[in-house]
Amino acid sequence: MTAIAVAEATGYPAAPLRPETMPDPAAPPAVAPAVALTGLRKRFAAGGAVALDEVSLRVETGEIFGIVGRSGAGKSTLIRCVNLLERPDAGQVQVLGQDLLALGEAGLRQARRGIGMVFQHFNLHHRRTVAENIAFSLEIAGATRAERRARVAELLPLVGLEAKRDAYPAQLSGGQKQRVGIARALASAPRLLLCDEATSALDPETTAEILALIRDLRDRLALTVLLITHEMGVVQAICDRVAVMEAGRIIEQGRVFDLFTAPREKVTRRFVSEVIGDAVPLAALARLPAPPPGQRRVLLRVLFRGPHATRPVIGEAAARYGIALNILSGRIDAIAGEPFGIMVLAAEAPPEALAACLAWMRGLGLAVEELAA
Amino acid sequence: MSWLTPTLQDLLLEAFWETLAMVGVSAAIAVAIGLPIALLLHVTGRGGLSPLPWLHRPLGILVNAVRSTPFIILMVAIIPFTRLVAGTSIGTAAAIVPLALAATAFLARLFENALREVDGGVVEAARAMGASRMQIVWKVLVPEALPGLIAAVTVALVSLVGFSAMAGAVGGGGLGDLGIRFGYQRFMPEVMATVVLLLILFVQGLQSLGDWLVRRLSRR
Ligand SMILES: Nc1ncnc2c1ncn2[C@@H]1O[C@H](COP(=O)(O)OP(=O)(O)OP(=O)(O)O)[C@@H](O)[C@H]1O
Ligand SMILES: [Mg+2]
Repeated sequence: MTAIAVAEATGYPAAPLRPETMPDPAAPPAVAPAVALTGLRKRFAAGGAVALDEVSLRVETGEIFGIVGRSGAGKSTLIRCVNLLERPDAGQVQVLGQDLLALGEAGLRQARRGIGMVFQHFNLHHRRTVAENIAFSLEIAGATRAERRARVAELLPLVGLEAKRDAYPAQLSGGQKQRVGIARALASAPRLLLCDEATSALDPETTAEILALIRDLRDRLALTVLLITHEMGVVQAICDRVAVMEAGRIIEQGRVFDLFTAPREKVTRRFVSEVIGDAVPLAALARLPAPPPGQRRVLLRVLFRGPHATRPVIGEAAARYGIALNILSGRIDAIAGEPFGIMVLAAEAPPEALAACLAWMRGLGLAVEELAA
Repeated sequence: MSWLTPTLQDLLLEAFWETLAMVGVSAAIAVAIGLPIALLLHVTGRGGLSPLPWLHRPLGILVNAVRSTPFIILMVAIIPFTRLVAGTSIGTAAAIVPLALAATAFLARLFENALREVDGGVVEAARAMGASRMQIVWKVLVPEALPGLIAAVTVALVSLVGFSAMAGAVGGGGLGDLGIRFGYQRFMPEVMATVVLLLILFVQGLQSLGDWLVRRLSRR
């Protein structure tokens, strides 16, 4: 499937196939992880709710890692622990090879210069121009005026804001403000970019632009990106791997494609169905006549992935086993650049034929699930 | 305008200069001392950059104590201190001491409010970029709060004009003093009217200047 078709189907730009950034879980990673959190615990008030409950997480160098979860799940608390804006009560924080919790104040400030952060509400200085906002981190690091000018001149075209150099934030659109936020985060040439709901205040089209920019920058600058969001569409558009948070814990994680096509946890399923659209179309079901005597009707959710996405499996199954197949809903899409199809079918056949057919389909590697009718 | 003799004109001019001096000097002192106090209050408060309750509490109580003492009582109560600083307890220089004290406490609170208006997200972004506390104070808090700080100074200046008239009445000179002495004690209502008119114009001018600066600086 082409990138344009994916963009049309999902409303977000398609992630290009980047096998080198999708670490095979079986093979040990060659480079040290960009972020390794171990056993993080955080509770804001004694006796209050637990914001982080034994969270461990590895983000490999070069990947875009997403964290999704509902409001209050602890996503922001977790990402703020990565640059110690929030100090965990217990656990370890290893970032870019450094044990941040072991650093003193000056050491931590130095380490933070290697970690960029982008915020939901942009957090720009209202009284600084675009150029002055972008130069802020250089200014506090003691760069000269000439150095700052040169760096800003490099960054402006990177985020497409050459024309807005001397504008103030109040004169920019939301998307432009976030571009400034991104350029500012990149000014000190960090190797890790943290995005806390970076697109949640933007409309869908602008969201797509900003996501495309983040992915493009990751490719060009060899960044590692850790982003949190409550929108699965964001994960589908740019993430390589994803973790799902619920009540301060990571309940499931894996490659985006795997998690989308084979979610285990209920919360994950609900998030995934937002973008997959695999709900049983009850209206279509109600219109089907009762199955003939001696035949059984089942509802099947069939997931096509890999080479089978293009094979005419449905027609073949109908012919081979004499099964009446009714397509109730179907959709072809791509996740993390991999095509997949999903269908909900009503199958009618004598029970033996049905069983044989399901076995045949599973033998082909399709994920077939019987849904309760 | 036959009542406006050259002598009276000189008196009015001199009184105006005295008012200007009292207001200007005490405001300058109040800004110089009030801003550090406000920053200290802001930074040491709960959720501040360096929460220090043992410092925040007493400082807040001190500021409130000065603020809640009526100016006329404050003026009398600190006469020994005024003598110590100004060498005398009457005249324009002596009036500046209680005026500066009252204005410092007043401005410290107004400044603190202006600092509280600064978007916490901007401070957080600066922290994430590795800014030190001092850098956050001088490169984020103060510049971002500047329009609010200027608005606070405007309010303080206007109040000082009023207070200075009171201070003048107990020997500090200035327009208020002139108005009382000639307008009230010597039954020259035209002098009183002139003084009031001058004060109104002065306050209007200050307010317009302050508003203009705030508009220019806020960039919103
Ligand atoms: N500064 C704080 N003080 C007290 N409680 C906090 C603080 N920050 C977060 N919490 C609590 O910690 C829990 C996790 O909050 P967090 O902001 O990490 O959630 P989130 O997943 O980012 O939610 P959202 O999607 O709404 O941003 C919540 O119960 C929240 O109320
Ligand atoms: Mg959050």
